[in-house]
Amino acid sequence: MTGPREQFRPADHPSDHFLLTTVVGSYPKPKWHDRARELFEDEGSDFGEAEWEESKDDASRLITHEHERCGIDVVCDGEMRRNEMVEYFAHRIDGYEFNGRVKVWGHNYFDKPSVADEVEYGKQWLVEEFEFTDEVAKRPVKVPITGPYTLANWSFNEVYDSEEELAYELADLVNEEIEALVDAGARYIQIDEPALATTPDDHAIVGECLERIVDGVSASAARGGSSDLSDGVPDDVRLGLHVCYGDYSRIYPEILDYPVHEYDLELANGNYEQLDVFKDHEFTKDFAMGVLDAHTAEVESVEEIKENILKGLEVVPPERLTVSPDCGVKLLPRDIARGKMENMVTAAREVEEELDAGEIEVVADSGAEASADD
Amino acid sequence: MPEIVATTPGLFPLPDRAKDELSDLKGHQKTDLISGDEGGEITAAYERAREEVVDVQVDTGLDRISEGQLRWDDMLAHPLAVHENVETRGIVRYYDNNNFYREPVVTDELTTGGDVAVELDAAAELVDSGLQAALPGPYSLADLATDEHYGDEAEFVDAVTDFLVCEVEQFPDVETLFLLEPSLAENPPEDGEDERASEGIDAIASAIDAEVVAHTYWGPIPEKTYAHLMDADVDAIGFDLVSDHEKNVYNVQEYGTKDSVALGVVDGQNTRVESPETIRDRVDWFETRTNTVYDTVYATTNTETFYLPVNKFEDKIQSLANAAKLETPETDQ
Repeated sequence: MTGPREQFRPADHPSDHFLLTTVVGSYPKPKWHDRARELFEDEGSDFGEAEWEESKDDASRLITHEHERCGIDVVCDGEMRRNEMVEYFAHRIDGYEFNGRVKVWGHNYFDKPSVADEVEYGKQWLVEEFEFTDEVAKRPVKVPITGPYTLANWSFNEVYDSEEELAYELADLVNEEIEALVDAGARYIQIDEPALATTPDDHAIVGECLERIVDGVSASAARGGSSDLSDGVPDDVRLGLHVCYGDYSRIYPEILDYPVHEYDLELANGNYEQLDVFKDHEFTKDFAMGVLDAHTAEVESVEEIKENILKGLEVVPPERLTVSPDCGVKLLPRDIARGKMENMVTAAREVEEELDAGEIEVVADSGAEASADD
Repeated sequence: MPEIVATTPGLFPLPDRAKDELSDLKGHQKTDLISGDEGGEITAAYERAREEVVDVQVDTGLDRISEGQLRWDDMLAHPLAVHENVETRGIVRYYDNNNFYREPVVTDELTTGGDVAVELDAAAELVDSGLQAALPGPYSLADLATDEHYGDEAEFVDAVTDFLVCEVEQFPDVETLFLLEPSLAENPPEDGEDERASEGIDAIASAIDAEVVAHTYWGPIPEKTYAHLMDADVDAIGFDLVSDHEKNVYNVQEYGTKDSVALGVVDGQNTRVESPETIRDRVDWFETRTNTVYDTVYATTNTETFYLPVNKFEDKIQSLANAAKLETPETDQ
């Protein structure tokens, strides 16, 4: 194990084997932080910009440390500064405007933005979030960023001739942001493309978006040139792609050609019914597998999670398996989310010990094409 | 010169205040969605919202006034979702959109309903003239549902048709009925099914004394399906010119159409607002390309409008209403 993955192994890691544990991104917001937002948005209150900034900093620090206390190897701040995965970015990109809420289902609404002018990079997206989190964290930090295809697909397009054209324009902006993140020191970036699961026929468009995203990413931050697959991305930068709630047989194995190191996929929700999809064709990249259901308010037992982790070892060897929840967990009660994280880490550490002791037979062939970082 | 009738297929966005009020009253989970026997407070909230959308339409000058179908949490699956012999199960994707509805599973006989008629009765109190009803067409409604009772596809579509016939028989007087059939384009019927789809539409049209429009959207429907649809005794067939104008024109050139036509000339799924002139250009273009002067052209959004934020929905129906009142251009005819 070398390159982008090994740098995330904690110095005091107790086992020879290392199953990288991480999160997908969002985490339940503390109640006081929700209240702070309400006050900030209430024009009649004297809760101003400075107080709101302080609330975001406090929440970010708290949740980063909560992840660390759970023992997670690569943490993030639970997206405490973000409201929603498209809205947050649309507010920062010139060319977007907001007209009001639209229905998703039932009485669940989304402030779906409109692209009303050509999109341009506006104010910074995530660099400040990363820098703050990185400063307060003792562990390495992952940065989740909504991908251009999802930003395009979940917006009204008033300007561009096609959604594809809009997605490519947005990909160039994401490229700019990732370059800034890498310059700022980010070494683990996850591109979230949930819209791919709903329109699987567009996997080639997503592929082209990713090529644009990695193109020329920061030579200034590069140490030792670029890797083969992620042209332009420094060798010590790990790129992941998160996709969830879809029919993976319609995008796999095609997605293996994308210029990323890792695929983070939701599978616990469907009780691993789709696992065979990834066994029919050799999984040639790193596999970040969902071992927790993000939408059940019950904490899975350590035993249950260990069984789930073993399913991942049917697809890839331990040095290419990442252990994470299915998706962002922001809709769960906070104590449930914390319980899930704790059990997830305990399960991973126990499986590592059993691997060290030779008690677990690894089904997946480690002789497959090595990780993108090798 | 045809009469241009500005209208919509219905299924409006809830007014923003009603979004908040009803989510507080009903909740956010799938078990909280409309049941058909909701209580007084919820009913009262919907009545206020209905009055609001009727007023908006009247103010803009639309020629047909929709009830708005604001209660239809499950979109076109609604008439079945509230039926006593239908179970609503998981949340499933609504066509190719990022919207979801509860899967309606028919577990026993589809007896007479009447939910939609009650809504129209309430709307009739608010509308002096031009009330328009909307229903899913039988093919689309069957396509959105799962059958665990009839066991035979043909029998199931026939049962859904009978259910819809009973529904329209209870309607108050309406000027127009839009039968929405997106599944004819999205999941086209196979041989035999296409004829049955047309017969179902015909049966519903025959059961009501109103102008009936069989409206298709999200693409052209296959030629053979279209040829069968022409056998249904409806007043107009609706075409989505936003998603594909050329192939829809081809169907009309090849097989003809009814004396009246409905044209989806405004995008129900994009916030870019079409000007009245653009709308008229699109209507004129269709007439020119099909070389026909129609008795009535229903100018409408191509799809339902619940995809839109409220301000853009209102702008779009205003544009439609204004387009119908524009002076006829004297050139290019």
